[in-house]
Amino acid sequence: MKQSDIAELLDEPACAHNKKSKSGCAKPKPGASAGGCAFDGAQIALLPIADVAHIVHGPIACAGSSWDNRGTRSSGPELYRLGFTTDLTEQDVIMGRSEKRLFHAIRQAVDEHAPAAVFVYNTCVPALVGDDVDAVCRSATERWGVPVVPVDAAGFYGTKNLGNRIAGEAMVRHVVGTAEPAPVPTSAQRPGITVHDVNLIGEYNIAGEFWHVLPLLDELGIRVLCTLSGDARFHEVQAMHRAEVNMMVCSKAMINVARKLEERYGTPWFEGSFYGVIDTSQALRDFARLIGDPSLSERTEALIAREEAKVDALLAPWRHRLAGKRALLYTGGVKSWSVISALQDLGMTVVATGTKKSTEEDKARIRELMGEDTKMIDDGSPRALLEVVREQRADILIAGGRNMYTALKAKLPFLDINQEREFGYAGYTGMVELARQFALTLESPVWEAVRLPVPWQENAGPGYALSAEVA
Amino acid sequence: MAEIVKRNKAMSVSPLKASQPVGGALAFLGLHRSIPMLHGSQGCTAFAKVFFVRHFREPVPLQTTAMDQVSSVMGADDNVIEGLRVICEKSNPAVIGLLTTGLSETQGTDIKRSVGDFRKAHPEYDHIAVVPVTTPDFTGSAETGYAAAVTAMIDYLVKPADACGSHPGSRPRQVNVLAASMLTPGDLEVLKEIIASFGLKPNVLPDLSDSLDGHLTDMDFSPVTVGGTPLSEFASIGDAAATLVIGRSLGAAADLLHARTGVPDYRFDSLMGLESVDSLILALKGIAGVPVPERLERQRAQLQDAMLDTHFMIGQARIAIAADPDLLYAFSRLVTGMGGEVVAAVAPARAPILADVRTASVKIGDLEDLEIAAREARAEMVIGNSHALAAAERLGVPLLRAGFPQYDVLGGYQKTWIGYRGTRQALFELANMLSGQERHVVQPYHSVYKLDQPVRPAKEVSHAEKAVACGGA
Repeated sequence: MKQSDIAELLDEPACAHNKKSKSGCAKPKPGASAGGCAFDGAQIALLPIADVAHIVHGPIACAGSSWDNRGTRSSGPELYRLGFTTDLTEQDVIMGRSEKRLFHAIRQAVDEHAPAAVFVYNTCVPALVGDDVDAVCRSATERWGVPVVPVDAAGFYGTKNLGNRIAGEAMVRHVVGTAEPAPVPTSAQRPGITVHDVNLIGEYNIAGEFWHVLPLLDELGIRVLCTLSGDARFHEVQAMHRAEVNMMVCSKAMINVARKLEERYGTPWFEGSFYGVIDTSQALRDFARLIGDPSLSERTEALIAREEAKVDALLAPWRHRLAGKRALLYTGGVKSWSVISALQDLGMTVVATGTKKSTEEDKARIRELMGEDTKMIDDGSPRALLEVVREQRADILIAGGRNMYTALKAKLPFLDINQEREFGYAGYTGMVELARQFALTLESPVWEAVRLPVPWQENAGPGYALSAEVA
Repeated sequence: MAEIVKRNKAMSVSPLKASQPVGGALAFLGLHRSIPMLHGSQGCTAFAKVFFVRHFREPVPLQTTAMDQVSSVMGADDNVIEGLRVICEKSNPAVIGLLTTGLSETQGTDIKRSVGDFRKAHPEYDHIAVVPVTTPDFTGSAETGYAAAVTAMIDYLVKPADACGSHPGSRPRQVNVLAASMLTPGDLEVLKEIIASFGLKPNVLPDLSDSLDGHLTDMDFSPVTVGGTPLSEFASIGDAAATLVIGRSLGAAADLLHARTGVPDYRFDSLMGLESVDSLILALKGIAGVPVPERLERQRAQLQDAMLDTHFMIGQARIAIAADPDLLYAFSRLVTGMGGEVVAAVAPARAPILADVRTASVKIGDLEDLEIAAREARAEMVIGNSHALAAAERLGVPLLRAGFPQYDVLGGYQKTWIGYRGTRQALFELANMLSGQERHVVQPYHSVYKLDQPVRPAKEVSHAEKAVACGGA
């Protein structure tokens, strides 16, 4: 990928802060950096497309430590969970055999796994030696008649966020608009209900959580043509251009997709979230508003009233237990504002939030939710996080799996909010699961036990376990 | 001698291999107040970190030189120097392991020279050791990366005997241990106990059982490892009475250590199984010059008893193994030593020890190769990492988790496989898994006369009639 292509991806006119220096250009600091690379971001964004063979073109490190490690779920094909890599050898790199190996790798995937399409992720080493991955993909498509899509995402191009955009760009450029959606099955037609088609962009179905929401959309007569990319199929991505509305879920990581679909096909889009009662209801209302079908709006309001009442009753006992608990939220930024609203629904206080990867608009939204003097954390180093925990007297750290052991080693309750987690929190029903998980860790008796000093140690502090008996 | 079958397909499917930088980083995590830094793009480090965090369920110090587009093309020496400086300044470690990646090696980095440049530019950090290691991910596997890192540690941290005045045996109770990547923290803990039971003082290099054994401390956070081999131990390494080398992958490291110090070494390919452990105990007896502790004799007798109990299940069992070479060899010995058969064997990369694996052939390949070979050979059990679960499920056989990574079980990192007790536990586990399956059971036979028909009420039958019906007179 050329420098100019990267610059173009970083230039996002749909972002209000676009005039500022591009966050993607910030030079990572050697010896003091955390977080993934562009390849990481691209793979995360597209891997959930379940019937595609995802081939990582590079030596083993890129795929070897990363395949099959996400909590994203499929309701059908499991092809995406197989790790495919060209696993380049020294000879390949030195003798320039890597393009040839890639070509045969694509054939192997097509012959043995019959994928709907093949995605090829270019990584650092082949990018550096100059493999023409685009050309290999083109000839492979012609030769074997299966779409082969290049995703040029060498890690050194930039951050994970840039990788998300590269992934989105690859979909818009090579896939969207290449097929028509299937007709609505007659069995699914209901009298008086017009079916409306929508897309969700940036929803990954972590732990299957979108299945908390999908039944509601079904009930309303909203057909999800495609989620990019949770539980998606290749042909669904192909048909994305036929949606009436696009929803950007939770973050702007793939805002370029929403903007380009609007430019090319005139599809309006909105930004929303399925975390929390208020936001879930808002997302449903936004769909109805943009679709502009009065009957849909009416049914939406009825459904919201019913679901909110139901979940309110279910949450009541939990709210009682969680009220006033202070949470420090560090998601790296993408989901910050959406999770804040969910926590507030539970009666919890968010004392500070991470905004390292948040866009300016994300931040504005956070201010709106939490007030102007919200503490925003840019330094996500473990030491800095623990400092804020102490300073703000937080009861729990909510962050990605990477930080789980930071919290546990500091004997601090923790909740995993990122992609590797095992529980689904989206939608109305997801809130109950979220509340349960909070209570599970916050109320656990282990916190007291792990803070007990060694009873036979001299100078044991005031927590001395046996002091009562001794006295 | 096992035949080695080369990789013969363009693409790896369900890779078994973890990369050299991952293995190299692991070795440095076994040093005290240490932090590895990968010279590559941010993702190299991020992926390796997640890999370790999921396996050990511990925070893992790991940094990156964060090569970006400009430095990837124009040269990244400055990234190395800056990265080292920042770590020294912020974290004040005792040692930094600097490992190259495919990216920096393809670019053509001269990592040793860069460290030299760092030394010239920042003499104020001379007290912090920096050990550069060449570990591109386009050759070898985690095992070779780990071995290369151990070799480099010796190269950079152990001074030649004539230069530092060390003398083998001047600390007659000290025993060095070079521990290969196949040993878990649980293994190392037991090994140290065994050595200590002879009145000897073990000096394990690198000691993952002291850093990644999963223990709580009073410190809430540390940017470097807490526990592991202290650097001071490298100074006394040449005075030890002996060195035990566990794992053939550390052969080169052992050769170098021997050349530097002259400390006699005892090399073991495996510490699993009766005979392997026997040879360890014999060596220790010789080094210490004391009788073998009774407790160990008792454990040996317990293992023998367990071998009798479990041979019914493990004998003739058809086992498929996918693992790094040392571990593959060790398990093949354990299984065949019990009368079982290794019917499929896959290693991620070549190594001399593969020729000695107790099986007909070893495939250099991935978990797809394992699944195919295991299916053809009608394997009854798979030994491999957590990724092998899907293959085992499709084969309909149990999986014994061993090696890296184990992310779907708790405590895999702490499991003990070696010594008499560890072996006994491993045998029990193998036997339980095998007997839980319906192997060699007699399938029920349904007689053609025994049809599933509704029960008919008995008719009133007189004695005379019955006699007639029975064919009587």
